[in-house]
Amino acid sequence: MGQQTALYQKHLQMNAKLVDFGGWDMPINYGSQVEEHHKVRTDVGMFDVSHMTVVDVTGADAKEYLRYLLANDVIRLKERGKALYSGMLNETGGVVDDLIVYLMTDPDVTGEWFRVVVNCGTREKDLRWMADHTAGFDNVALTERPELAMVAIQGPNALARVISVVSESRGKLIENLKPFQGLESEGWFFARTGYTGEDGLEVMVPEEYVADFWQALADAGVAPCGLGARDTLRLEAGMNLYGSDMDEKISPLSANMGWTIAWEPADRDFVGRQALENQRSAGVKQKLVGLVLESRGVLRSHQKVMINGEEAGEITSGTFSPTLGCSIAMARVSAEIADTCHVDMRGKLVEVKVVKPSFVRNGAKVFS
Amino acid sequence: MSDIPSDLKYVASHEWIRDEGDGVVTIGITDHAQDLLGDVVFVELPEVGAEFATGDDLGVVESVKAASDVYAPLSGEVIAINEELEDAPELVNSDPYGDGWFVQIRLSDESETDDLLDADGYAELCEAES
Repeated sequence: MGQQTALYQKHLQMNAKLVDFGGWDMPINYGSQVEEHHKVRTDVGMFDVSHMTVVDVTGADAKEYLRYLLANDVIRLKERGKALYSGMLNETGGVVDDLIVYLMTDPDVTGEWFRVVVNCGTREKDLRWMADHTAGFDNVALTERPELAMVAIQGPNALARVISVVSESRGKLIENLKPFQGLESEGWFFARTGYTGEDGLEVMVPEEYVADFWQALADAGVAPCGLGARDTLRLEAGMNLYGSDMDEKISPLSANMGWTIAWEPADRDFVGRQALENQRSAGVKQKLVGLVLESRGVLRSHQKVMINGEEAGEITSGTFSPTLGCSIAMARVSAEIADTCHVDMRGKLVEVKVVKPSFVRNGAKVFS
Repeated sequence: MSDIPSDLKYVASHEWIRDEGDGVVTIGITDHAQDLLGDVVFVELPEVGAEFATGDDLGVVESVKAASDVYAPLSGEVIAINEELEDAPELVNSDPYGDGWFVQIRLSDESETDDLLDADGYAELCEAES
C-alpha cells in the first residue's frame, strides 16, 4: 500500500479505482474516465491533487534565489498572488522539473515570499536540488507544506460551484481572482490555475478540512475525476507531463517550453542559462509538435514518427481525445517536419497531421 | 468483483464464448477484461468470411489506456461481426456479455470447446491474476 491523501476514504466511498502513482494510492477513475473528461469540458469536475509538493520560499533573498533557480523570471510577477510557470533546469539545460510559483505578498516589499508547487514523482530530487542551490544566498528558507491538501476544481462552472460552498468572504475573493492568480483567505489558498485548459481553481486546504470541502462540492454536483481524465484533459490542452514530454535530458527548447525562458535581462544568471544560449546559437534540432490522427486508432507514447520512411522522432504522450473523437499526441521530432508525417502504429505506417501542440481550449478545438 | 455469467465458457486471454447451437458461437471480451482496459474507444474487427485458427489475432481493442489484441478462442469462420461497435465502442464497457459482443464464428473443430474454462475456472484465474 502506498501513501494516502486526506481524501483516501472519500475516494473509497465514491467507488474510485485506485492505482499507484509516484508512491501514492490515487484514483485513476470513478467509473468512466471519458465521462469525467466530458464533465470537466462542459460543466465541472474535481481532482485530488494533494500528492503534489508545496514548498514555501521565504527570507530576504527569496526573490534573488528564485531568479537564479528558475529559467523563468519571478521579477515578472507584478501583483500579489500572480503565478508563473517555469522549468527548473540543470547545468546542461535539461529540465529537473516544471513548476508553478506564486508571489504570496505584494511585489517588492520587505518580507516578500513565494509558494512553489512541484510534481510528486520528483519530490525528493527537487527538494534536494532546491536546498543545494541555496548555497550562496544568506537568507533563504524552504518550508515544505505537507499539511496542505489540494483539490483542483475545473470546468466552465468551476468558480460558481466553489463559491456556492464556501464562506462569503472566500466567495468574494474567488470572484475577484484574475486568471493565473492565487490568494489566501482565512488559511485557505485559492488559485485560478489548473491543468485542463478550462477555467477553474486549485485550492489548498489544511488537510483536516478537505474531506468536508470535497463532500460539499460533490453534493453541489461537482463530479470526482481521476488521474485518467486529468491526463486526457492536459494533453488536449497541450500541457506537458514531466517524465513523458520532458526530463533531465531534454532542453525546454525541444519541449515547447521556449516561452518559459526569460532571456532578458541578459545579465541575469540562472542555472542552465549558458547551455541554453549555446543550444540557441547552434540551432535547435528537435521540437515538440502536436499530431492528430484523423483515421481510427490511438497514438501511444514511444511510437516512432517517420518522415519519408526515415525515423524522425517519437511520440512522448498519446491518447484518444474524448472532446475531438480522434487520437492526438505530442511528439518530439526533427525541427524540419512538414504538415504531415507518418507514425509506426503496431507495424503499420499511418498518416497523421502535424499541428502546434495545443488541441482544445475552453471546450473548443484550437487547431485547423 | 467482476461479473462472470455461469452459462458462458471462457479462455485465459479474457474472451467469453456463448454456444448458439449448430456449431456457431458468439465471442466477446469479459467484464474483467473491459474493466482492466478502461473506456473502449475503438474496436477493430475482422471481415465476415475470414478464417481463424485458435490463438490467431481476431481484432484489436483500443481503450484510453492501451491497445489490446483479441485472440480467436476457437478455430472457425467469421459469419457475423457486431457493426454497432464501430459507432458505439462503449458498449464493450457497458454491456460486455450482451450488446458489446464482437463476432460470431462457425466452428471448424467443435472438439476444441472441450478445452474452454467454465465460469468457476475463469473466476479462479482472474483471482490468481489480481
